[in-house]
Order: sequence, then C-alpha cells, then structure tokens
Amino acid sequence: MTPDLTRSSAADLAGALSRKDVSAVEATQAHLDRIAAVDGDVHAFLHVDTEGALAAARDVDRRRAAGEELSPLAGVPIAVKDIAVTKGVPTTCGSRTLEGWIPPYDATVVARLRAAGLPILGKTNMDEFAMGSSTEHSAFGPTHNPWDLERIPGGSGGGSSAAVASFQAPLAIGTDTGGSIRQPAAVTGTVGTKPTYGGVSRYGLVALASSLDQAGPCSRSVLDAALLHAVIAGHDVMDSTSIDAPVPPVVEAARRADVRGLRVGVVKELGGEGYQPGVRTRFEESVQLLVDAGAEVVEVSCPHFDYALAAYYLIMPSEASSNLARFDAMRYGLRVGPDGVGSPSAEQVMAASRDAGFGDEVKRRIILGTYALSSGYYDAYYGQAQKVRTLIARDFAAAFEQADVLVSPTAPTTAFRIGEKLDDPMAMYLNDIATIPANLAGIPGMSLPSGLADEDGLPAGIQLLAPATKDERLYGVGAALEAALEQRWGGRLLDRAPELDGSAASATEARA
Amino acid sequence: MTATTTDAVMDLDEALERFDPVFGLEVHVELNTATKMFCGCATGFGADPNTQVCPVCLGLPGALPVVNATAVESAIRIGLALNCEIASWCRFARKNYFYPDMPKNFQTSQYDEPIDFEGYLDVEVDGDDGPETFRVAIERAHMEEDTGKSLHVGGATGRIQGADHSLVDYNRAGIPLIEIVTKPITGAGGRAPEVAKAYVSALRDLMKALGVSDVRMEQGSMRCDANLSLRPRATGSQEQADVPLGTRTETKNVNSLRSVERAIRYEIGRQAAVLAAGGSIVQETRHWHEDTGVTTSGRPKSDADDYRYFPEPDLVPVAPSAELVERLRGTLPEPPAQRRHRLQSEWGYSDLEMRDVYNAGAVELIEESVAAGATPAAARKWWMGEIARRASAELRPLADFGVTAQHVAELDGLVTSGRLNDSMARQVMEGLLAGEGTPTEIADARGLQLVEDDDALETAVDEVIAANPDIADKVRGGKVQAAGALIGQVMKAMNGQADAGKVRRLILDKLGA
Repeated sequence: MTPDLTRSSAADLAGALSRKDVSAVEATQAHLDRIAAVDGDVHAFLHVDTEGALAAARDVDRRRAAGEELSPLAGVPIAVKDIAVTKGVPTTCGSRTLEGWIPPYDATVVARLRAAGLPILGKTNMDEFAMGSSTEHSAFGPTHNPWDLERIPGGSGGGSSAAVASFQAPLAIGTDTGGSIRQPAAVTGTVGTKPTYGGVSRYGLVALASSLDQAGPCSRSVLDAALLHAVIAGHDVMDSTSIDAPVPPVVEAARRADVRGLRVGVVKELGGEGYQPGVRTRFEESVQLLVDAGAEVVEVSCPHFDYALAAYYLIMPSEASSNLARFDAMRYGLRVGPDGVGSPSAEQVMAASRDAGFGDEVKRRIILGTYALSSGYYDAYYGQAQKVRTLIARDFAAAFEQADVLVSPTAPTTAFRIGEKLDDPMAMYLNDIATIPANLAGIPGMSLPSGLADEDGLPAGIQLLAPATKDERLYGVGAALEAALEQRWGGRLLDRAPELDGSAASATEARA
Repeated sequence: MTATTTDAVMDLDEALERFDPVFGLEVHVELNTATKMFCGCATGFGADPNTQVCPVCLGLPGALPVVNATAVESAIRIGLALNCEIASWCRFARKNYFYPDMPKNFQTSQYDEPIDFEGYLDVEVDGDDGPETFRVAIERAHMEEDTGKSLHVGGATGRIQGADHSLVDYNRAGIPLIEIVTKPITGAGGRAPEVAKAYVSALRDLMKALGVSDVRMEQGSMRCDANLSLRPRATGSQEQADVPLGTRTETKNVNSLRSVERAIRYEIGRQAAVLAAGGSIVQETRHWHEDTGVTTSGRPKSDADDYRYFPEPDLVPVAPSAELVERLRGTLPEPPAQRRHRLQSEWGYSDLEMRDVYNAGAVELIEESVAAGATPAAARKWWMGEIARRASAELRPLADFGVTAQHVAELDGLVTSGRLNDSMARQVMEGLLAGEGTPTEIADARGLQLVEDDDALETAVDEVIAANPDIADKVRGGKVQAAGALIGQVMKAMNGQADAGKVRRLILDKLGA
C-alpha cells in the first residue's frame, strides 16, 4: 500500500523525492486531492492553483530526471499566505478591496520558493490585511480549526496553520506582525517561526506594519520549519531593512537538537493571570522537560512588557493607516462610485471604494492610526509608543544577559469558538499579549506544540524567543523539546487530531 | 485662457516706502540620476506616459523602496556647495495625503531630519557702485520623491476645476528631488524681487556646475515656490528687524527666472494694497499666471495642514560617513560666481560684456570655444551675435542651433589664418545655422576663400588708382582716410575675396603715404 504522502513531514517527503521514491507531481497531486477532500470543512485556501502547482512539480521532476542539482525541498508542495504577492495568481489579503487583482510580480519569498522548486498549492486565508487573531476578519469567511471546526484557527495566518494542521500542505508561509504565525501555530498544534526582523525579505508582502512585519515558516515539525526558513531567508537588495549577513544555521541547529548547558529564561510577565490553566500546565511540563534534557532554567523579568500591547496598538495602526492609503481605487483593486453622484470626483471614488472595500476591523485600525499620527497627538501616542518599544528592547537585552533563550506560553488560551470574541476587540487583541514583545524588539520567536490542554483537549503552544539574528537557538531548543514531548506522547500531537472527511462542508452546504 | 483678477495693486515704489518685504523661496530640483529615488526605473524626460514605471513607483501592494545612493551623494554635494551642515544620521519620513498622482498616497520625503541644514548662498545683485553680494541663508535642503503628473482634460484652463476627466502619468513619480528652502530673507528692501531672481539664478548655476540636475525650468526640472509677507517700515528709533513679520502667502509654480522677479513684485504690490486698505492677508497658496503676470487665490493653507509625518519604516536611516562627506567635498566645482570673475579677467571682458554673456547663457559655450582654440573676443562675437539673437527670439538655449564650440573655434581659425575675412566668416556662420556642415566644409562648398594671388591683387590696385587719380592725389597729399574709397573699389573688383587690411597696405605703399 502506498503511504499517504500528505501525512509525511516535509523532510521525509524531500528524502523520498530525492531518492525518486515519489515524484513531485505525485506529491503535489496527493495534496491537491487532500485539499479537494477536506478544505470544504476547513476553508484554509482562498485560491488553489492546481495548474500552477502541477506545472512547477513537472518541472522539478524533469530537472531531477536530467540530473540537475536541486534544492533540498524541491518538489515539496507549499501553501502561501494570501498576503504575499504571486505573479499571475490572485492575491487578496483577505480583502474585498483586492478581489480580482492579479499581481504582476512575485514577492521575494515567493520567488525563492519557485527557485527552490516548491510547487505552490495556493493562497491561504487570513484576517483582512493581517488584522486579527482568528481569521474571522477575512472578507471571504473564516477558516476552521481542524481540531474542532467550530473553533478559530488563530490569526491572522489561520489559513496557513490550518492547512498544515489538516495535512493539506506540509509547509506554509505565514507573516507575523504581532503573533500571526505563532498564535495560529499554538492553537492548531503546529510549528511556526517569526524570524529576526530583516531575516526574510518583506518585498512583495503586502504591508500591515512595516517595522513589525516578518514572514516565516509554518510546519508540523521544527526541522521542517528550519528547512523552509533556510530557503526563504537571506539578504534581498529589494528590501532595505533586510539583514545583509549569512542566514543563521537553523537546519544544523534543528538536527543537533541540543540544550545541554543552555540557560532558559522563563519570563515572569508572560504567564500567570489571564492564562488558561491547561495552557500553563503544559508550559510548565515543557520547561521541566528542557531541564531534564540538560538546560538550566532561570526566571527573568521584563517589566515593560506590561505596556507592550498598548504600544503595539499605536505603532501597528499608525503604520497600517499609511500603508493602506494606497488602496484608493485609482490604479488597481475595487472601484465603486458613491451612490447618487452622477460624475464623481476622484476623491469621492476613493472614499466610496475604501468604504466598500475595507471591513470593520481594517477601518477601526486606520482610524486609530490616523488619530495617533495626527498633529497634537503624535508625541503622546506614536512618540510614547516608540519609547516603550525602546524600553522593551532593553528588557530583552537585559533578559538575554541571564538566559540564552526565553520561554513563555505562546497564547493565553486554546482556540476559542468562532464568533466568541468578534464583538470584543480588546479580548481579541489580548490573544497576542505574549507574542507582541518580540515584534516590537525585532527578535525571533517560535511556537511549537506543548500538548493538549486538559480542560478542552485542544492544543497549547510554547513560545521560544532568542536574541536578534540568533534564530538557530530557537531551532536547537525547539527540536530538543519536540523530541522529548513526542517521546512522552508516543508520537506526533497532530496524529491525535480528529479525522476530517469533508462531511462538515456538505452539511453546511445542505443547510445553505 | 487668461486669468483675470480684480485685486488692487499698489505702485511698487509706494509699497516699498510703506512696507518691508520679507520673502522665502522653496526650490525643487530634479536630480539627473539615471534611475529614480527608490527604484530602478529610468528618469528620461518626455517618454510615453507610464512607460517608466515598476511596482515600486506605482505603489503596488508589497513593493518597497530602496534609496538611490547616487541621489544621496548629489544631496550631500548640494549641501556642501550651499555651505550647509551635513547630517551624520537622518531619516526619511512619510508625508501622508491623498492625491491620485501620488501612488502610495504618501510622499517619501524628509521632515525634521533633513540631510543638509544651516547653509547660505551668496548671490550678486547690481548695486549703486557695481555688483554687490547678498547672502541668502539656507534653512535646509532635503531629499524626496516627485509625484506623478496629472493632465486635466476637457476644461478650459487645464486646471482640475471644470475638467471632464484627468489622466495621470506616473513616469515622474519617484524622480529624485531636492527641496532647498531658504530662511526668511530680510533686509533686501526694494531689491527683494531682484534678489529673489538672483538667488534662483545662482542656484541654477550651482546645480549646473555640480552636474546634479538639468535645471531646465521650462521642463520642470527646477521649480520654485515663493513665500512673501510685508511688515510696516520701522519708524523712529525702531530697528526693522524688531518689527514682527506679517502673514505670508505662498505663490506656487513660479517657473522661470523672470517670473520669480515678477511674482514677488506683484505680491508686494497686491499685499500692500490689501494692508493699506486696512485689510489683512489671508495665509494661502496662490497661483502664478505667467501670461497675465498676476497671482490668484488658491486653497487656504494653515499651519494646521496635517500630513501625519512619521519616520519611513521601510527605509533604514541615511548615515553618511565623514570620509564620504570629505570625499564628496573634494568633488565640488569652483563656485560659479568665483568662476565667472576668473573667466572675465582671463577673457578681458568688461562688466557689461560679461553680464550679457552670462545672461545669454553663453559662459560655458565661450569657455569651450576658447578651450578649442578661439580667441575670447571671437568666441563672444559669434555666440552673442546671430545665435544669441535667434535664441532670444525663440526662447531656446544657445546650444540648440546646431553650432558647437568646435565650430566656433574652427571658424575663428579660418579668419586668423587669413582664409576668410569677416564678411565671409558671417556667411559661414549662416551655413552653420543652416546645418550645412563644418566651417571648412561650408567655406569650400560656398567657394569662400581670400585671394592670395598677390599679382591679381596688385593689378586690381593699380587699375583702381589709375581710374581715380583725384582720390589718389589726396592720399598722396596725406589724406590717408581717403584711401577707404579706393579699398572699397578694390574689394568690389575682387568680389570681396580679398583681405581688406592687405589691400589697404598695398594702396598706401603704392601712393607713398
């Protein structure tokens, strides 16, 4: 019997491909079939590029047959968050405003995937312009958590994490502005890394907050994340903020999986009150496993983290209000005329189009940001927030004097129910309380599964943080912890996720 | 379409008697870099609309800017030439406002951290006793990107009011600009319009000398906005500097040297009339109308205009090293005014001659002609003659007529070597202007050649003397000036192809005068 290719890790699949046990076309087709079977339930994808993915797979097979030297992940299919522009393939950012727009160019991340021979299966769902923690703010409907289809898959990159968790893709690209890779990873039982700011090019990623955004890998294992990290990272002349230095040795670190002698700092301010008991229990067990594996644990304090959420919700909307100004219906995207105006001015068309094209959360943040940058308020809001940012970076610097990596729960809770927090923005924003400090400081962070919370049987995540440019530490610690956890579980966490058979979708359709 | 206005305007002399003008100039200079400020698109003028664009300068989703290093170097060189401090660390900022010709709906500019600041430029104006120097203080010069260009179609004025629709050409979007801002210029008094013009002119010369811009105001590669306010003349023992400044207006798009002077002059008269009638000046932008020489009210502008500036997060700070700045300082050209004085003395021109040459834009052409072998006098004669007349009549640069410095030097060589006389040389110049080839080719084609056959010349001289015994006697008798009539007849006999000086010598020799 042929093994199910969709259950394979990216590393194993890459091995099978390089040994020519399977072809890239077979691997890609298997995932396309899986998408056809289960994505009606999950709704991880906004667009599936069957033809493009198979063409890329055929090309890999042809080159492999010709004896060409290929990238380690050549032929391993991947899903890409719909925030990365893809030449010739629709890119919507989960927004009506970009519905129907076909980008004329590839994001650098996408170009690197293509160059490395990873067939792109399609584009994954997300909160509109990456604004949200549940993927409910997608203009095209929410993504469902494969562990419980009534629950959210996290956000903004819920589509990428859900695609990986439901075996529709072994790998996916996410972006993380305040936790949009890590929090979805935590609530779907998957792995996600936000690299050091500047580690991966932002060119072609539709910007939410330029000083915070970072693309990174989503996967089912730490090694898989490292393999993808190595493909997409590295200097890009098209992004001034990209780091001009060698990519950290992430794959080597993941393979070594060694924490002996490493100092692990537990951040006092990230945990405790507001964190679900089951999340805390799994976190504490993980810390103990690291100790058992030879790490030394210290407690560190980052007192200014208390202000991180407030600072983030000034800086992010400020930058977003400016970044999203370009969606004005003049050159691309949705264009609507104002009602009852015979010959509208450009200004009226801009206003009407932005009103029709943007959802409530986007409008909320544009208004917040516009206000925070306004003359007379700038110093009190944007200016103060930047100072907090500096203090948080100093907190991290001090903490990394005492510890090589820092750890915390990734998110305060497991996946909540769809609709539960939709009318309470503050409750929604609190999902990112533990992930935001890393974005403000530009340091790398990873979430990996710590187990299932006792009270609801849903996945919880542990977050690892490392100093800027020391991304490899995440992989070394992550891989060691993953090995210890899987030994305890007797296998992979995701093997315990419920089977999906597409019945939920047919039930939904029947109701509709 | 002519802009009309009902604004009262006070006579300039009267206005200046009652008020002290204070003005400031904001000049935008388009750099002549091969590529745009933040992307690799070409910058050539006049390409088909929207052919020099890419995801970055179109502001497509996801596109990011990268600073053009050459533009930064140009900005630093401009700052050094304007005697500015150069920031050792500065950032770009976003200036947020919505307009269809601005692809991102923010302009990437510099706000409170300009790359160049606190400088000055000395300009020359005519004083009572010859040229005088007036020091214009520079507040700052900063880098930014240009916007696209809107073409408003269907209206009578070409302005957006009344237009039927608008077209946008993004070729200009992202062209590097340097905005040079003066401090408020006080103390110019009645010479304010002249100082303003001299400043813009000096700035243009400086940009040209630096080689950083084409500075062609008619193509928009140098654009000027003029701020002006009036304050009462100081009375009694009061110092003029202690009189508070008045409310200013900003007149946009004053895009020729002459207009700078005229616009300042007009605004002085207009504001004076308003103030004298007991009115107050509205802080606003005003439009300059080149054809009628008036300004009209634009939109009100207040300090409350909120562009929501913040540091551009997509770009890293610009931090030029001291070594780079010093290296660039080493590339600065001789200051244009100093160079003009040096050339004037080398060429032996009078002040008036030098000023005419300068005003005609002939300094470089004469310099090149002299370098190519022409005498300074001949170079001036040729460039300031027919070519200058045509250039002035057609409002085109001198270099536009197909005549080069090499041509002028060659033509002068043909005269000094004795092949051509002055009238022949003028015929060759006609040929040059008609594009008939090089001076030698034209002289050959037109059969222009002084007769060097002395026998033929002597025969002609003898015949003319024989035919005019009366005149010959007068010359013999000492009336040397009478020889002119004989010279003219000989030249006529030779069909003009003789060296008149030589003819004169021959006649005088033969008549023993």
